[in-house]
Amino acid sequence: MTEETSNAKHGVPIWTQVVIWIFVVGLLGLVAFGLRRAQNPQAAIGKPVPDFNLVFYEGYEYNGKKEMKLSDLQGKIVVVNIWASWCKPCEQEAPDLQAAWQIYKDGNDVVFVGVDYVDTPAGANEYLTKFNISFPNAPDLKSNISSILNRQMGVPETYIIDRKGILQNIKIGPFSSVDEIKSMIQSVQ
Amino acid sequence: MKKFLYTFTFIILLGILFTGAALAQDKLPTDDEVNKVAHNLYCPVCQNTPLDVCPTDACKDWREQIRGMLAEGKTEAQIQQYFVDQFGDRVLAAPPLSTKFNLIIYIIPPLIILAGAIILFRSLKEWTTPKAVEAGSGAARDASEASSQKDSYVTRFEEELKKQK
Repeated sequence: MTEETSNAKHGVPIWTQVVIWIFVVGLLGLVAFGLRRAQNPQAAIGKPVPDFNLVFYEGYEYNGKKEMKLSDLQGKIVVVNIWASWCKPCEQEAPDLQAAWQIYKDGNDVVFVGVDYVDTPAGANEYLTKFNISFPNAPDLKSNISSILNRQMGVPETYIIDRKGILQNIKIGPFSSVDEIKSMIQSVQ
Repeated sequence: MKKFLYTFTFIILLGILFTGAALAQDKLPTDDEVNKVAHNLYCPVCQNTPLDVCPTDACKDWREQIRGMLAEGKTEAQIQQYFVDQFGDRVLAAPPLSTKFNLIIYIIPPLIILAGAIILFRSLKEWTTPKAVEAGSGAARDASEASSQKDSYVTRFEEELKKQK
């Protein structure tokens, strides 16, 4: 009896405990809310790809536009290739991508878009010139596009989006041939 | 003749002054100047590597880009802003105060340290309270309780004696 009285006297008062718990729960809630708000909506296979902006590099355009949204391309199959000038496997697939674009560019049914992930303008320019890339290319500003597309491993990665804007296929790593690119596109057609 | 000499000297000095200024403008920033800016930026590709010590080719390119921007007369703040616009806040050594959410990072740790200090202070105060006094007061309390029990017993005993008489 005497011991219990003594503990109650020396322990943390109940109102202090309540305030501490309210503070901790509030803080956790605030962190969860902030993280949720900071997170981009992310694409998944079989689901519509959230919209994003493309601001093309100097010298690149699509249908006369220097800037466009993914949603502007609805009704077409979109091949989004994420690359970087410092990425060696990207160099391996770059000629194949350009060759595949040459096949599809006049059909106006398939659009290739290059997204340059974390790069220097000089490096990007050198890379695009070296491989004569002619399909529209844009920098991935603040890594926003790769975040929306839910980039899995690194670069290169290629995303095939169907005419309804639904993500149908993802290629992680470089393509090994033009035929591989064609077969991925045909699987969506 | 004297006037001609003065004019000639003045023109030569003016020439030297402008050439010096032009040379100074053309002079590329040194590695130290570049690294000073790069030190406060992080490699956007590698994890937790400051740009000044990052060994990859991409980082070398970014350092060259910083050199070019410094040569153009851009300030460190402008260069930092360019990197943030390109790659996001993750390139900064410290989170910016531009978003309210980031305020948590700056406010919460000092608050937790303060709360910890208060708890520690209270605990230390409790621990350093002389045990003897407490023990003594406990013993005294026990003695007083025992004495009051004894008193009541004596009173009852005396009352019983009186009844028997």
